[in-house]
Amino acid sequence: MNISMMPAAVINGLMFGAIYALVALGLTLIYGVLHIINFAHGAMLMLALYATFYLFKFAGIDPYVALIFVVPGSYVFGYSIYRWGIGKLSHGKDQNILLITLGLSIVFENAAQFFFSADQQTINLSYSYESIDLGFVFLSLPKVISFFASLVICLLLWVLMATTDLGKAIRAVAKERKGARLVGINVENIFAITYGIGIACLGAAGCLLLPSFYVDPFTGNIFVIIAFTIVVLGGMGSIVGALVGGFIIGVTESLGGLFLGESLGQIGISLIFILILVFRPTGLFGAKQ
Amino acid sequence: MSKKVTKSGVSRRKFVAGTAAGAAALATSNLGFPHIARAADPVKIGLIHPATGFLAYPGGQLRYGCQMAINDINKAGGIKSLGGAMIEAMLGDSQTKPQIGAAEVEKMNEAGVHAITGCYQSAVGLAATAAAAKYGIPFSIDVGVSDKLVTRGLTNVFRMADGYGRIAKDAAANLGAINKAAGSPAKTVVIVHEESEFGSGTARLMNKLLGEQGLTVAETIKHANPTRNFDNVALRIKAMKADIVMPINYPGEYVLLARTLRQQKVDFLASYSVLGGGFNFKFVNDLPEVAENMIDVNHWYDPRSAAGQALRKRVEADGKFFTFEVYLAYNSIRFLADGFERAGSTDHAKVNAALAASTIDPLFMPYGPTKMVNGQNVGSRAVAIQAQKGDVQVISPAEIASAKPVFPRPKA
Repeated sequence: MNISMMPAAVINGLMFGAIYALVALGLTLIYGVLHIINFAHGAMLMLALYATFYLFKFAGIDPYVALIFVVPGSYVFGYSIYRWGIGKLSHGKDQNILLITLGLSIVFENAAQFFFSADQQTINLSYSYESIDLGFVFLSLPKVISFFASLVICLLLWVLMATTDLGKAIRAVAKERKGARLVGINVENIFAITYGIGIACLGAAGCLLLPSFYVDPFTGNIFVIIAFTIVVLGGMGSIVGALVGGFIIGVTESLGGLFLGESLGQIGISLIFILILVFRPTGLFGAKQ
Repeated sequence: MSKKVTKSGVSRRKFVAGTAAGAAALATSNLGFPHIARAADPVKIGLIHPATGFLAYPGGQLRYGCQMAINDINKAGGIKSLGGAMIEAMLGDSQTKPQIGAAEVEKMNEAGVHAITGCYQSAVGLAATAAAAKYGIPFSIDVGVSDKLVTRGLTNVFRMADGYGRIAKDAAANLGAINKAAGSPAKTVVIVHEESEFGSGTARLMNKLLGEQGLTVAETIKHANPTRNFDNVALRIKAMKADIVMPINYPGEYVLLARTLRQQKVDFLASYSVLGGGFNFKFVNDLPEVAENMIDVNHWYDPRSAAGQALRKRVEADGKFFTFEVYLAYNSIRFLADGFERAGSTDHAKVNAALAASTIDPLFMPYGPTKMVNGQNVGSRAVAIQAQKGDVQVISPAEIASAKPVFPRPKA
């Protein structure tokens, strides 16, 4: 093992960690407000990737330009799915929501296989192989763009949650549903809006990921386990936690691969998961119950 | 309430329950009841492939190839020695997991399967063939390169295509030859392989064989399935300045690694994969700049063969890529159908005997009639192929080569 590769590995870890953070952001937001684990998260990431892919294939829309279509589209999709699907079918019971989201993931994955086939799809952009030379590492341009875009999206979401009336309403519902209802907040609508925002984050992740990755009907599952780990690490419901957790997991994965090999290196992620559960179950930035 | 008891002292309820259990046991066992289909009864062939999960694409290609062969055979009159019996496919999904593959065999056996083909992953094939061996069900490996599949003394397991033992030997010898022809510029090789039986087994063999060609294995890097990011692997390859990169992995990781090496501007003389899961017309079509000059040693059809060209046209007319999975699966079904034809029976033992004596012509493959030795077709062989100018060319062996190797690859 060459120690001189460590700085490069850390930077690569941070680059990929930003994408992890974006995937985890939607998950943590949905958990923070709805108090449910969205088992359809991976499947919805896959749908966002397909949306980006087909916009590129049929309309020639660059994945980064596609953000302006895919993010609002994902929001509308998420809002609708919750408002007229999950919310109605769950009858207010959290365990029903778990089962419904699990069912949705199966339906989405199989529908994708039926309609889009199981082919692994990639896109070839003119700048896919452009890179920035830092002297000790080449940073691929798509990953650099993804990194900064993820930071901006996290910042925007934080501003939304901290400074707007909608953000206040979401936080109110997250902390005290009954109280929020009593002061006139439409709780069901806030649930659907939050779910929509969570899925919109996945829309953004799909656009940012596709230039350097691929999509098939099961791609989402590759990222969703990592996202769950990040949510636990950062603290359930914490935006800052998702971002920091994404970076920590990205760097851990990268250094683990470097020191222990790509196969065994994954053990670092599992170790963090266990340590957090034992020593700080609320996560790094999670509120104590 | 009083129980009704027969004269023998057995209650009617117990008698009914016992009879039902006995009938069920007889129906599900093979003891004393050979599987002999009546005239025109369908011949059931089980297809076990990864239809879902990260290998769903090659799994789908295999299933497509099998179904294409079944349709062709049925259109041509079915199994004539069985009164024109039609072949019926029983679909199974291994979900990429060995235990699920074995469970599919159990389910198919209960449903009266006459033969099975599968399973793409060697690890799944090992579990599934072991399960099939309990019942003697004829099992043709369509894709699965571990030599353990055919060296465990299972008389019901057959493989038309080559295993990794022979392929690794050919791959090492061919690499040695093209390196020597170019003045031996390559000295070191880095092997990047997936972690299951296919990748690990092939990598072990290559480690032994490359030394005989004057090449040193600088490092062997194992990775998980699926892998999200190959940046670190690229960094390590770059740091060790290896001359040859040798990927041995499944499609998703194969393509991701190739893209990452290009993104990280890793300099090497050639990418020379062995059984590279992602090297096919689709890869060359989707990412031509990445694929250009990459070499792979793999199962491949004979491009000079009219039957091969005709099949390729049919597959492409269906909007599919003519990947090796399609034609190996197609041949696997032909092989089984020929076994039923010559056995004139669906009895497992008779079909296994017929398959063991098979001399079927592999049609569009670059080798002659089948000759089974302990379940392995010893006549088969893989070829070396290279992406050149947006197409795939055969570069070795010389007698079927369509182009000369480009080695070392030109500097970008």
